[in-house]
Amino acid sequence: MIVELGHFALVLALAVALIQSVVPLIGAQRRWGTWMSVAEPAATTQVLLIGFSFAALTYAFVTSDFSLRLVVQNSHTLKPMIYKISGVWGNHEGSLLLWVLILALYGACVAWYGGNLPPSLRARVLAVQGMIGVAFLAFLLFTSNPFLRLAIPPMNGRDLNPLLQDPGLAFHPPFLYLGYVGLSMAFSFAVAALIEGRVDAAWSRWVRPWTLAAWVFLTIGIALGSWWAYYELGWGGFWFWDPVENASFMPWLFAAALLHSAIVVEKREALKSWTILLAILAFGFSLIGTFIVRSGVITSVHAFANDPERGEFILMILGLFMGGALTLYAARASAMEAKGVFAPVSRESALVANNLLLAVSAFVVFVGTVWPLVAELVFDRKLSVGPPFFNMAFTPFVVALAVLLPVGSVLPWKRGDLTRVAQPLAGVLVLSMALGALAWTLQTQRSILGPVGLVLAAWVVLGALADLWQRAGRGPLALRLARLTRLPRSDWGKAAAHVGFGVTVFAVAAVTAWKTEDIRVVRIGETYPLGPYVVQLRDVRDVPGPNYMATQAELVLQRGGQEIATLRPEKRIYPVARMPTTEAGIDHSLLRDVYLVIGDEQAAGGWAVRSYIEPFVNFIWIGCLLMALGGGLSLSDRRFRVAAGARRAAPGAVAAE
Amino acid sequence: MIRAGLLALVLLAAAPAGAVQPDEVLPDPALEARARALSQGLRCPVCRNESIDESHADVARDLRLVLRERLVAGDSDEEAINFIVARYGEYVLLNPTARGSNLLLWLAGPAMLGAGGLIAALYLRRRSGAGDPAPETLSEADARRLAELLDR
Repeated sequence: MIVELGHFALVLALAVALIQSVVPLIGAQRRWGTWMSVAEPAATTQVLLIGFSFAALTYAFVTSDFSLRLVVQNSHTLKPMIYKISGVWGNHEGSLLLWVLILALYGACVAWYGGNLPPSLRARVLAVQGMIGVAFLAFLLFTSNPFLRLAIPPMNGRDLNPLLQDPGLAFHPPFLYLGYVGLSMAFSFAVAALIEGRVDAAWSRWVRPWTLAAWVFLTIGIALGSWWAYYELGWGGFWFWDPVENASFMPWLFAAALLHSAIVVEKREALKSWTILLAILAFGFSLIGTFIVRSGVITSVHAFANDPERGEFILMILGLFMGGALTLYAARASAMEAKGVFAPVSRESALVANNLLLAVSAFVVFVGTVWPLVAELVFDRKLSVGPPFFNMAFTPFVVALAVLLPVGSVLPWKRGDLTRVAQPLAGVLVLSMALGALAWTLQTQRSILGPVGLVLAAWVVLGALADLWQRAGRGPLALRLARLTRLPRSDWGKAAAHVGFGVTVFAVAAVTAWKTEDIRVVRIGETYPLGPYVVQLRDVRDVPGPNYMATQAELVLQRGGQEIATLRPEKRIYPVARMPTTEAGIDHSLLRDVYLVIGDEQAAGGWAVRSYIEPFVNFIWIGCLLMALGGGLSLSDRRFRVAAGARRAAPGAVAAE
Repeated sequence: MIRAGLLALVLLAAAPAGAVQPDEVLPDPALEARARALSQGLRCPVCRNESIDESHADVARDLRLVLRERLVAGDSDEEAINFIVARYGEYVLLNPTARGSNLLLWLAGPAMLGAGGLIAALYLRRRSGAGDPAPETLSEADARRLAELLDR
């Protein structure tokens, strides 16, 4: 019964979304206040209906209701409760329901906290948000209904894909969706602004928090996914340039570009039409990502639900929204008159360079991702585009960004002077070079990658700190420190995010350049050397899990005769899903991870053991966290709480914090 | 429980071998390092998006062995790769060649950067070339209102 009610609520939500996408739009055009005000209750109703529907599906998963097809396909009574819940979105239908729930939630936030937006803009934003809702609710109901019943329910389910039964992956999709869907807000605001024919600083102040939030969620989601791949897939890699990873990475790059260009609109009223275009493209690439993941046109490690019919539907949605928005853009963009004037050497120009690099790098990732498809369709060549290509084609952009970043971030608005900028940065440059030289002499491998990575990272990190220090003004130390604590949160956010970027760049270079690997057969009781350590295989035994069987090894890590850690890597077999997985044994520490994987028993006796020392690997995710933290700090800046362009302080906006 | 154990046994037997196995590793570390580097650039033909270095599939193991055989036989990196590409097609190359239509792929980034850079440069020139716009003159009504406020 609850399931039927959930289904019914979803159909009702579609009807409400239809109303929300038409009535306020007409109202805004004709200046009919009552029609415009339909938008807010509609958005609230929509989120309540979809929320109920989602709760109903969760209920079905938690109670293992095997009369529901989706539950049979993705659950099992023996599965731990947390994975029964995460199973709700561990599949195509359920994840799409989560998608529309988040979409409705964002829409409702505009309705609840958008009191200080001009009424016509608010109505139009909500109408566009409603249109996206209509498209995806229709997609959900007509091609991927999660509430389909089975005539003859089986006794038990087929279990969730074991790879997804992991805490890291349980929360990876919701964060990604919060990010993807968050970009729909930027899109709705962009389209609404195009209809209004007006973009100003107030508009930008409204768009920036949503983009920031979306970007923060995407950062966390991507980091979680990469962290999961690192410890779960069993060979210590952290990024594979897989089409599905790229699908989340492209919107992230566009969102990062949008964040920066929105600053220019806000502070200097320039780059308006470019910002609008970026907002449209960022959401467009979210949709392309959705298409890549769910259509299966590009094979990938973890594409789920490969269904051409669904692919066509998403392609239709993509065509409709991008075609519509870009047509509108072509017609109206010239109305966005730029006001700000600036010299070639200025913060504005630096941000233009940032946007150019981020957008083109996203474009390179896009071309590489779809190239196998294009080559097969157009040139009849069956080929692959893999990590070597992406590493070679993408890395130069990261290097260029890292080189420009500290200079750009200390340049003043409007007109800058490179010699004045050079003053505080000269020390930073010298120090970075010295660190690089130190790394060069200390390292055992003659690879240039590690030292170069360190130089770039130090340049970015120290540059961000020097920038912060400059902001504290002149005077005695105590005074500067006091001023530092009173800097706006967005300054701290900027510094934190840039430091995070530098840290991640360093970690990626370091782990790529200085990783140690060892593959060998080890008999029980034997020891083998691994870098500065000695590893002993104590034991291998079978251990039963709740819904799997594990072969668990016990390996002892020693250094200088001292036991440091006991690691227990596992090989698991999930009998219901008929899938083997590996669980690496990892000794985490800040400077290095020791990563051990147990392989197969050898015919001649002994076990295959793979061991890695991954230097600085955890800094990859520490850097991501810093970036997300920086975004969060910026988001909490006072100027967003006291929304610009407001005639009165909006109490709702403050309560939202 | 016994049945689950049996099933696990069957699955284990059917479970493909792991990635690079100890018995594949060449005794010469320099040659092995070359083999590892090359196999990271070759795609496992039956997998979704894995190199033969990472893949657990049988064909990936076969390819790893073939590659090492060629290297031991004295092939250069290029010859060894060509040997495999001749048999499995360019599909196995994770790093696509820069020949024929693939030039489009390789040049797309630089071309886009060039075009974008040009547009950006023109934009910057227009923004700065305009010089500071004439200071906005107040309308008569605004001027009167300003005077009123200042007088007060």
